[in-house]
Amino acid sequence: MTQPLIEIRSAPHVQAAKTVETIMRHVVYSLLPICAFYVLQYGISALASIVVVTAACLLAERFFVRTGTQSGRLSDYSAVITGLLLALTLPPGFPLWMGAVAGLVAIALGKALFGGIGFNVFNPALVGRAFVQAAFPTAIATYTPSFIPGRFTEFIPSSLALPLMIPADPAAWLKAKSLDALAGATPLAKWKFDGVVANADELLTSLSGHMAVGPSPMLILLCGAYLALRRFMDWRIPLAILGSAALTAWLLFAFDPARYPNPFFMLFSGGLILGAVYMATDMATSPVTPKGMWVYGALIGLLTVVIRYYSGLPEGVMYAILIANAASPLIEKITQPVPFGRGAMVGLGRAKKRATYPLNPGYISREEASAVTPKKRFLPKKPKK
Amino acid sequence: MSTPEKSSAQKIIPIAVAGGTPSTPPASPTAAMIRTLGLVSAICGLIIVGAYQGTYDAVAANKRIATERAVFKVIPAAKSISEFVALPGGGIEPRVDAGDTALAPGVVKFFAAYDAGGKLAGIAAEGGAKGYADTVRIMFGYSPECQCVIGIGVVSMRETPGIGDKIITDRNFLANFNALDTRLKGDLSALANEVKAVKNGTKTNPWQIDAIAGATITSRAVGKAINDSAQALLPRLVPKLEILQKAQKS
Amino acid sequence: MSAPATWDEFMEGIWRQNPVFVMVLGMCPTLAVTVSGVNALSMGLATLFVLVCSCGLVSLMRNIVPKEVRIAVYIVIIATFVTVVDYLIQAISLALYDALGAFIQLIVVNCIILGRAEAHASRNPPLPAMINALGMSFGFVIGLLALGTVREILGAGTLFGVSLFGAGFQPWVIMVLPPGGFFVLGAWLLVFSWWARRKAKRGSTQNA
Repeated sequence: MTQPLIEIRSAPHVQAAKTVETIMRHVVYSLLPICAFYVLQYGISALASIVVVTAACLLAERFFVRTGTQSGRLSDYSAVITGLLLALTLPPGFPLWMGAVAGLVAIALGKALFGGIGFNVFNPALVGRAFVQAAFPTAIATYTPSFIPGRFTEFIPSSLALPLMIPADPAAWLKAKSLDALAGATPLAKWKFDGVVANADELLTSLSGHMAVGPSPMLILLCGAYLALRRFMDWRIPLAILGSAALTAWLLFAFDPARYPNPFFMLFSGGLILGAVYMATDMATSPVTPKGMWVYGALIGLLTVVIRYYSGLPEGVMYAILIANAASPLIEKITQPVPFGRGAMVGLGRAKKRATYPLNPGYISREEASAVTPKKRFLPKKPKK
Repeated sequence: MSTPEKSSAQKIIPIAVAGGTPSTPPASPTAAMIRTLGLVSAICGLIIVGAYQGTYDAVAANKRIATERAVFKVIPAAKSISEFVALPGGGIEPRVDAGDTALAPGVVKFFAAYDAGGKLAGIAAEGGAKGYADTVRIMFGYSPECQCVIGIGVVSMRETPGIGDKIITDRNFLANFNALDTRLKGDLSALANEVKAVKNGTKTNPWQIDAIAGATITSRAVGKAINDSAQALLPRLVPKLEILQKAQKS
Repeated sequence: MSAPATWDEFMEGIWRQNPVFVMVLGMCPTLAVTVSGVNALSMGLATLFVLVCSCGLVSLMRNIVPKEVRIAVYIVIIATFVTVVDYLIQAISLALYDALGAFIQLIVVNCIILGRAEAHASRNPPLPAMINALGMSFGFVIGLLALGTVREILGAGTLFGVSLFGAGFQPWVIMVLPPGGFFVLGAWLLVFSWWARRKAKRGSTQNA
């Protein structure tokens, strides 16, 4: 009894092979090499972290979809992306129970609260990370060096902390491996607190020595390029972010080279590349207008550099993206394109340049709109008693 | 609920009066209002004065105990304290009105602490400097014998729990203040060496403070608070230590 | 007044018009001082004292206060009892006084109190007015405790100062910071509205 499905819906009637699910699946594919590289760097701890965080996200998603709190399905892959991205932004030795908390919070506060996929205001992965950053500031600042011998057979001790308990300090464990505890600081933290700037080639590949960094920026850019070429992601946003961050950093560097690091270091250290390619481009939380994308990206780049230089935190990408997420409806509004025909009115003085969305949009139904809130000027004079 | 009723009632009043049927009560006479307000004020005044008198002794005792506890913490040998002010001109006099009255500019408040035998055990003073979140206010104990700081306590701070507030709990950090050198220059005009927090693990001199790793900003604030307060107080205080010795006997 | 009516007066503030979970009033102390159970409880008791005393006095004077100056009279009465509480807390414990900070003085602008004085105490005899105020205060205390205990358990691993998880507990710093207050309040509002909705649904199916 299979009947041909007739779908009745409003415009636009676009027939395209791309569905939300397809896009999300390809984003997951493109994230897999990055995750593999991360596991190669940090071994079994990173693998456990990725699995636990993603599982927590999926669990929360399933719960909220089941209870009808949010729309969407598990099979749309969006919770997987959230989980993978969240795991990649956490330190590899982050206690697994805290990772699970981050995953649950990411979906519950970042997504389900707003109604599920497509309705979220903030990037869910970053909401989860911001929560654990505020809740466990010590654990989230504890990085361990990459490429430690024996990383595939033993966990970083802090990973296996019992739920609700303080994780072990990996300093003693590192000492036993005859590695300096300071090697565990990220390049950004080293620059911020010790004034040491890492070399460009080290940063680009993430391969040299025991640097405590995330996956190689080169690899992330490569995977991002795949997404952009397949049109699963808009290339404008990452370009705008990196451009504005580089420009701001370069201006400051030109102003005082002794005090500010070179723009190259700014671009390729920390999570800027990952944030620019994968987090800022989240479709639900970034503007849809091309002009708005440039503004949005430029705002993130500028804020990132400003937070890194002038705040107490070494890393600023997360808050920069969250702030820009909050600003994106406004950016959309001011960068709305001029509708055909309206532009000609510009010369006539008070004509509005842009289309505006009224509170009761007349394009839904003129009668209905006027029925809800009658416009005062069309009403006859108030009847006198 | 009540607002629309009131406004409509006010509109109606003149009409009603003209019609000769007063349906709403007329406005209260001024005398009644004044009488009521006076009565309420009198009752409330009585209650407040009663509460103030009733709790005055307990509040004063609480404040004294709190101050004593803070001073005893930074000067372990102390058994009794008295409060003094150091005047900008260099004089020292006992502070009589130990209330919350603000100090004149340039005047520094401090406590002289005496041990069981009535001997001067040390000086306690407060200091403050900008930390990570807000001003970190600390109290430190100064021992005239070793010319050094012998203990600190935090008066108030809003540093991040778990990171900045380690300055209360971190043993290695507190060990800095077992004998932190605050010797004066030969002419007693200023500290011989500036008290300063240095990066964790790089303390080489007795006037340096080994900062807590990860809480450098808060540690620096503690160092600056001690330094600023000691710079202001000690040059005035050290030449006059005998006065403080005598003060206890009288 | 018959006994059931008085009981109803009392329960109104605890459940039907709970100031924190239903009316969402007095959010300033609710969010700011509930970092621990002790703080929440003492804040709640201070408010209880002010609310019950001022409602009693307002109710006593309800027939002699001209309506033009009633708000001024209420505020003076409330401010008086807030001052009394201020002295009392200082006399009991300075540490508690420092922990509650300016929020003791700010009880005077807590809209629960003025709202009760205006909406209930000024129209009822002293006994029902004070019983209603007592119920409302208990509702407020329950609300504060609900926030304070959760924030203390997660933020410090203790409950009223008693350690729950042993020495190795990892405190959730965010819970003692302002955002924690909002998160916990949001969670409680969620639980309460879900509960109330379920109750209403049950009631309607039973009636049908």
